[in-house]
Amino acid sequence: MISVESLGKTFRVQKRPPGLLAGVKALFRREYTMVEAARDVSFRIEDGERVGFLGPNGAGKTTTLKMLAGLLQPSAGRASVGGLEPFRRSEAFLASITLVLGQKQQLVWDLPPQETFELNRAIYGVSAADFRKTTAELVELLEIGEQIKRPTRQLSLGERMKCELACALIHRPKYLFLDEPTIGLDVNMQETIRTFIRGYNEQYGATLMLTSHYMADVTALCPRIILIDKGSIAFDGELSELMSKGRTDKRVRFSLSREVTAAELRAVGNLVEHGAAEATFEVQKEAVSALVAHALQVLPVRDLSVTDPPLEEIMRGWFAKEPAAEPV
Amino acid sequence: MSVRSTARSVRAMLRIGFLDAIAYRGETIVWMLSTTMPLVMFLLWSAAADGKPIGRYGAGELHAYFLAAFVVRQLGGSWAAWQINMEVRDGTLGMRLLRPVNPIVHYAIEQAAHVPVRAFFSMPVAFVFFALDPLIHAPKEPLLLVLFPISVLGAWALSFLMNVIVGALAFFIEQSVKLMDVYTALFFVFSGYMVPLDLFPEPVRVVLDYLPFRYQMGLSVELLTGALSPAVALRLVAQQWVMVALVTLVAHLVFRRGVRHFEAYGG
Repeated sequence: MISVESLGKTFRVQKRPPGLLAGVKALFRREYTMVEAARDVSFRIEDGERVGFLGPNGAGKTTTLKMLAGLLQPSAGRASVGGLEPFRRSEAFLASITLVLGQKQQLVWDLPPQETFELNRAIYGVSAADFRKTTAELVELLEIGEQIKRPTRQLSLGERMKCELACALIHRPKYLFLDEPTIGLDVNMQETIRTFIRGYNEQYGATLMLTSHYMADVTALCPRIILIDKGSIAFDGELSELMSKGRTDKRVRFSLSREVTAAELRAVGNLVEHGAAEATFEVQKEAVSALVAHALQVLPVRDLSVTDPPLEEIMRGWFAKEPAAEPV
Repeated sequence: MSVRSTARSVRAMLRIGFLDAIAYRGETIVWMLSTTMPLVMFLLWSAAADGKPIGRYGAGELHAYFLAAFVVRQLGGSWAAWQINMEVRDGTLGMRLLRPVNPIVHYAIEQAAHVPVRAFFSMPVAFVFFALDPLIHAPKEPLLLVLFPISVLGAWALSFLMNVIVGALAFFIEQSVKLMDVYTALFFVFSGYMVPLDLFPEPVRVVLDYLPFRYQMGLSVELLTGALSPAVALRLVAQQWVMVALVTLVAHLVFRRGVRHFEAYGG
């Protein structure tokens, strides 16, 4: 279980206005400001859960993940992962976790990934038999049989990310902290990695905390969402609850049998998106049936669907409520 | 980190370090070329001597001294400060800290794995100079030859640990490599790398006995050139290893304290 109680992290950041004069002044007198990257963060995650950890840039997601992985020492509060305190970085703790940062790598740049796999095997004390079995599984699931034999520097971003993920799982960690694992990847590659992560969670009962700016990652993987904003928890609950919380609107999408002008569509309702033969309207829940009835009369409707607004939009609405974080 | 987990991974880390050194063979050769300063100094000192001895250094002694300095530099050099500084600044140190291995030991093994590669390229060059130069002779005292590899190991350990201390200052200041540049400049002057230490005035030599520079270079050169009596050689090698122990402690403390400050790549 991951348990976090009133966790906080304050950074001391140098304050320096732009310009040559300010640069010279900073040589003699430096000013610092304290920034609370995380404040009073509390939650519990049971073993085997998959949790999306979301928030705008600078909200404190990565800081929290780094505290849970033992890389940052909390300024306040307590954290425990599998009953162990992260920042002590005990061998048992490090063997039970992995942290994948989408923009940092552990693969040795000039050597094939299989060399780093072998290094991790030795470091984590994985038996030869387990190593062969795990590597074979990872290679098959991620389709990286050829890539692990080429120097890392010669791999594409997507290939490298898949190898990073495999490398991070050689020791079969129980707790996965994934920070933007699909960043910069194409749609197919994102889907492959999502499928793989879900499979790993189901096969080994691993606990997953995921941050991602791709909402498709979150909706595909995480039944539970924790929102963090300005360093504090803003929401903790099921994805479905988040989708409906505070929102009274729906999206009605029509497939049309012929092209209809935007002006004609706008006459039907609040048009939010339209293409050659499709249109999506935003409408309040109680007005859905009226809109559908009207559209069926005036538009060449072939098919229709009623959905919640996309998660991206819900997130935008959520975080637009408050001004951006200020230093304290 | 347990000794057991570190011990079981030493071979794998050495292997990776060695393969990495081979992958960077071009860089290794360039690094070697950058450490040929003793050969340049030999030419300069020979020109300055103009056939006459300087201190106790005649032509043969100068040849032997700077050839030995070249050998010791190849075997005893380390550049961990640059690596640590870079990894702290760009945050990749975090990936190292996630592994259950003492990061200083990990750096040490990676760096040590480069030594055989440098030796492979440089030792034949040194041997050719030694074989072809009639003025250079091997030391006659066997104890000095026994102490030489021990002192080179100590020289490497000191160089590495001083690099760790200065590199770890990147946890606290923005550019610790600038400090390493200062340290390296002092090393060039006071280690015996560019100037044989017995050419310095006596008071300076006394102070240098309490600083790490001589033990990173000069001591091993003096052993290889037979410039020390067995008793003095034993005392100095013992002093060198006491210094290694002290600097190990300081490096460990600075690095551990630095990790607590590790906030390099924000939230």
